[in-house]
Amino acid sequence: MEIPKELLYTEEHEWVLVDDTNNIATIGITDYAQGELGDIVFVELPSVNDEVKQMEPFGTIEAVKAVSDLFSPVSGVIVEVNTLLQEQPETINHDPYDKGWMIKVQMSNPSELDVLMDAEDYKKHIS
Amino acid sequence: MPFIPNTDADRKAMLERIGVKNFEELLANIPSELRFKRDFSLPDPLSELEVLRAVQLRTQCNRSVADAISFLGGGAYDHFVPAAIGHISSRSEFYTAYTPYQPEVSQGTLQVIYEYQSMIAELLGMDVSNASLYDGGSALAEAALMAVAETGKKRILVSQGVHPHYRQIIKTYLHGQQIETQWVALEQGSTSLADLKTKIDHQTAAVIIQHPNFLGNLEEVFEIAPLVHEHQALFVTSTDPISLGILEPPGNYDVDIATGEGQCLGNSLNYGGPYLGILASRLKFIRRMPGRIAGATVDTQGRRGFVLTFQTREQHIRREKATSNICTNQALIALNATVYLALLGKRGLQEVANLCLQNSHYLADEIQKLNGFQLAFPAPFFKEFVVTTPVAPAEIIDKLLPHNIYAGIDLSPFDFGLQNGLLIAVTEKRSKEEMDQFVESLKMFQK
Repeated sequence: MEIPKELLYTEEHEWVLVDDTNNIATIGITDYAQGELGDIVFVELPSVNDEVKQMEPFGTIEAVKAVSDLFSPVSGVIVEVNTLLQEQPETINHDPYDKGWMIKVQMSNPSELDVLMDAEDYKKHIS
Repeated sequence: MPFIPNTDADRKAMLERIGVKNFEELLANIPSELRFKRDFSLPDPLSELEVLRAVQLRTQCNRSVADAISFLGGGAYDHFVPAAIGHISSRSEFYTAYTPYQPEVSQGTLQVIYEYQSMIAELLGMDVSNASLYDGGSALAEAALMAVAETGKKRILVSQGVHPHYRQIIKTYLHGQQIETQWVALEQGSTSLADLKTKIDHQTAAVIIQHPNFLGNLEEVFEIAPLVHEHQALFVTSTDPISLGILEPPGNYDVDIATGEGQCLGNSLNYGGPYLGILASRLKFIRRMPGRIAGATVDTQGRRGFVLTFQTREQHIRREKATSNICTNQALIALNATVYLALLGKRGLQEVANLCLQNSHYLADEIQKLNGFQLAFPAPFFKEFVVTTPVAPAEIIDKLLPHNIYAGIDLSPFDFGLQNGLLIAVTEKRSKEEMDQFVESLKMFQK
């Protein structure tokens, strides 16, 4: 199972990639999460300019027999949404860390990143 | 079959097992002032024959539409129910009130639901229908909740032309969720476009219209739809499905969620219920739909089969975040509606609708010839219309009852400001003789 070193993680199995140059966080769910959910059939994501709060739901992800909330690792304003997922939600199964990204957030409080797990901690969390 | 399943010995064993001496001790935690301390004053037990006689005596006091010439409507209609419907729906393979709890083993029931959904979607001109809800009122309230969830806005505009009971149901459903409902006034018996224009804004989640409306009048649905969509609100309607034999379906005037009362499709009046809540929408709202949805699929050997689909919306999976708390449907009533639609077909439904239209207009014309009776509104109507009467409508209703004529609905208790309004519904069942008899009997009230 893939757990990239350059990402931070939540206990709810979201990952976040931070661009230090502009404080924009790219968010998705982990390889482990997609494997547990099984075939993903639908993702409901917020719209650009919507506000998100750390560890509050920003959307839902639906597999054949289960549906889960998606929790935002950071607070801020949505600047981009991965529209590819509306038509091809299965992308999350195939490529959770790259083409399967969900939202980009302009962070309002980058210090929130301190409470997230690194790859090592996340590996322990799911083992 | 024992109607009281616990014997004294059963009760004793249960009490012993949980470690209390007697039933009173089990109730010790309930404060004494909340307990009912007297004996129930119930009559002595009766034998089966005595019960049968007692019940028969009471049912003989009921009057049904079969005993009279009925012009009652207001959401519950005396349409003809062909005998084939009861014959088919009472077959033991079909005879169930609900969607089964182990659905996939009941392929026949699922197929009926699938056929129901297909026919309803086609009739309404919508993409998708659910398996049905409890009645037209709750279907409309569920549609309002869908619109709020979809738009993220919390204000609903409801035309005053919507059935007053449906409006109450909408209020009941919405008030606990801090969703505001506002009425849109009527002008000459139809929704006032001017009032709608003043009240609609970008905070409006949905505009709800009944068409034909409670007073029987047609609404300006083709003008309302673009006004609603300009404000990124959803257009929600309630429709008499019989009217679609002659009127344009909701899909043709850009409705987002179409609902209706399906009692008129092959179901008797059932003393006010069970009825049939119809709900259909655009495909893109399917994940917001309440209730169950049957889908067609193939099994591992490629054979056609049916399943309940999109279950992730439902409360057994989504728990408190389910789109609705409705987890079943009106399977038996939906079955009747399905058989009815299949039996009549497109042409049959057109004929029923045409007869309703012709009958109601004949009767309206004849009543208007009487002194003191007048059509209340200039708007076009389908099978139901309001006349203003020279005496209180209640007096007419009471005086015609002994003549076995149900004259209609007295509108004075409702919020239409129609103290002398009588709502008259005419279905395809009313013969010219019956209508003439009604007109003749109204002559005693002329002024």
